Amino acid sequence: MNQLIDAKNITLNPDELVSNYKIATPMYTSSELFEKEQEKIFRKTWVWVAHASEIPDKGSFKLSKVGREPVIVVRDRKSNFHVMVNRCRHRAATVCEVHKGKTSSFQCPYHGWGYGLDGSLRAVPYPEQYGDDFDKSQHGLLKLRTESYQGMIFATFNEDIEPLEEFLGAAKKWIDLFMKQGGGFPVKTLGEHQFAVPMNWKVQLENTTDAYHFPVVHKSFLQSLDEEAEETFSFLDGEGFVEDLGNGHSVMVMIPELVDLEADLDRKIPERFEELAQALRDESYPEDQVRRIVRAAGGSGFNLNLFPNVACSMAFFRVLTPAAVDKTEIRHIAIGMDGGPEVANRMRMRLHEHFQGPMGFGSPDDAEVWERIQRGVDGGRELPILVNRGIEKEVPGEAGPRGHVSAETGMRAAYAMWKRMMQE
Amino acid sequence: MNQIDNANLLWQVTQFLWNEAAILDAREYDAWLDLWQAEGLYIIPIQDAEDYADVLNLCYDNDKMRRDRIKRFQQGFSISSAPAAVTVRTVSRIVIDVVDGESVVVSCGQHLVEDKFGRQRLWAANVRYTLQSTDSSFKIQEKVVRLLNSDGVLNSFSYLH
Repeated sequence: MNQLIDAKNITLNPDELVSNYKIATPMYTSSELFEKEQEKIFRKTWVWVAHASEIPDKGSFKLSKVGREPVIVVRDRKSNFHVMVNRCRHRAATVCEVHKGKTSSFQCPYHGWGYGLDGSLRAVPYPEQYGDDFDKSQHGLLKLRTESYQGMIFATFNEDIEPLEEFLGAAKKWIDLFMKQGGGFPVKTLGEHQFAVPMNWKVQLENTTDAYHFPVVHKSFLQSLDEEAEETFSFLDGEGFVEDLGNGHSVMVMIPELVDLEADLDRKIPERFEELAQALRDESYPEDQVRRIVRAAGGSGFNLNLFPNVACSMAFFRVLTPAAVDKTEIRHIAIGMDGGPEVANRMRMRLHEHFQGPMGFGSPDDAEVWERIQRGVDGGRELPILVNRGIEKEVPGEAGPRGHVSAETGMRAAYAMWKRMMQE
Repeated sequence: MNQIDNANLLWQVTQFLWNEAAILDAREYDAWLDLWQAEGLYIIPIQDAEDYADVLNLCYDNDKMRRDRIKRFQQGFSISSAPAAVTVRTVSRIVIDVVDGESVVVSCGQHLVEDKFGRQRLWAANVRYTLQSTDSSFKIQEKVVRLLNSDGVLNSFSYLH
C-alpha cells in the first residue's frame, strides 16, 4: 500500500479523494468540495429533520436544516408532516424565526404573505397589482418530499429518490431495536444540547462509528463511573462488532447484552439503577415492568449511523448540520418515555447531562479531538487519513461486511456511499 | 433592615461573589467546593423551569457531580481540560432579591471571556444565587447560571461558569 498521496496533483475526483481506504486531505478542507457535497448529497438524499414527538400536536412546528438550508417541519390538522423551505416566495424573507411552537399559519413579516400549515399560499395583501394570471397555487413555500419511520422524520429535495424505508433498508431493524428504550412507552424527545465544532462534517460522521477512541478520549468519563458501569463501557475486549448496513448506514454494537432491551429481563439490575428500580416499586409498578423500564433507562448498547446526518446513538439522537467546510453544528437530542414514570425520565436526563453537550463529561473531549483534526490537516497534505483499521479480519455479516467493534467498517460504509453519490 | 444594614449586606455579598469569580478564573476548584453547602445545586439550564430536575440542563450538579466534575478537570485525562481554556470574568449589577432569615437570594450579571487556541469567546449570563449566611461569610445553596444563548448553538466548556 502506497503510504503517501501525490499532494501536487490532488484533484476533487471522488476516486482520488477516497481510494483504497485512504482519505485525502481536501475531504476536510476544500470549500469547493463542500459546495458539491451540498448539491450531490444533502440535496439528493433523505436528511433527518425532526422526531415526531418534537411536533406533538396539530399545528406544532419546529425549525430545522436540510444541509445548510433552513426548513420548517410542521404537523398539519390531519397529523400529516410537511417540510418546507423557510423562505417567502415573494422576496425571500424567512417566514418563521420561532425555534419551536404551535400555529395555524405562517406570515411573512415583510409584506404579509400568508401560508397554511402545508405551505400553500393563502393570503396576499393588495393582490390587485399582480394581474389575473397570478396563480397562488404556484407560489406556496418550496416543499420537500417528507416521509417518516418510527417517528423519525426525513425530508429530501429529490423527488426521484427511493421511498424512505427502502433507503433505510437493513437499518430499519436497528431503528426498531433502538425504540425499545421507550420501555413499553413511545419514545419522546426530552430537549437537546447544541454545540458547534470547527471541523468538517465527515469527521462527525466517522466518529459515531468509532469505538477505538472511547477508552482514550473518554478516560475521564470512565473514571467517573462506578466499577460495574466502567466494566460495561469497556467494550473493546468484548464481543461487539461494526456492520455495514448498505447505503452508507452502519451499526456499531458496543454492548451486545444491551441490543434487545426487551430480552433478558431477569438479568441482575446494575447498581447504578437500583435506586430507580426501588423508586418504581414504591410507585407500585409491577416487578416485570420495573425491570423493563430500568433496562430501557440506560439506553441501547449500539450506535446506528444513518448516512448522512443522524445517528441513533445509544440513548439519544445525534444530528449533524454542515455549516461550512470547517464548521459543523451538532445536536444531542435526549429521549425518554412518553407517559412513562417521571423518575425514569429524570434519570435519563441526568445520564444525558453526564456525558453529552457543552458541559458533559464526554462531548467536550470529543469536540477537542475533532478540532485537533481540523487543525492537523493544515499540514502534510500528502499524508492520507487512514480508515483501513480492521479490514483484514472482516467477515460477512447479516447485511454487509462485519468487523471488530473497533474496526473502521462503518466509516468505510459511509465513504463508499459518499463516493457513489458524488459520482452520480 | 435599615439602609445601612442593606448596604452592608450588599457589600458582604459582593465580596463573596467577587471572591468566587476570582477562584473560578484561577481554577482553584478545591477552594470552590468549600464554598458550597453539601446539599447545594449548581445548575446551568437550557430553558426556564419551575423545577430544573424535570428538564434537560447543561449541567445539574449535586455534591457528587460537582466533585466528579472537578476531579475530571484535575486528573489530567480530559484532553479538553488539559490544558483548559483560560478565563477572565467580571460580575456586576448585583441585586439582592430576597432576604429571608439566614437566606439571601441575589442576582447578578456576568461577562466571561475564554481564550484557547488563540481564539477568544464571550459568554454573558444572568446568575442567581441562594446563599446561606454563616458566621463569617456565606455558603452557596443554589447557583443558577442562565447563559443568554443557553438554548442556542454553544461550544464545549472546559471550565465553570
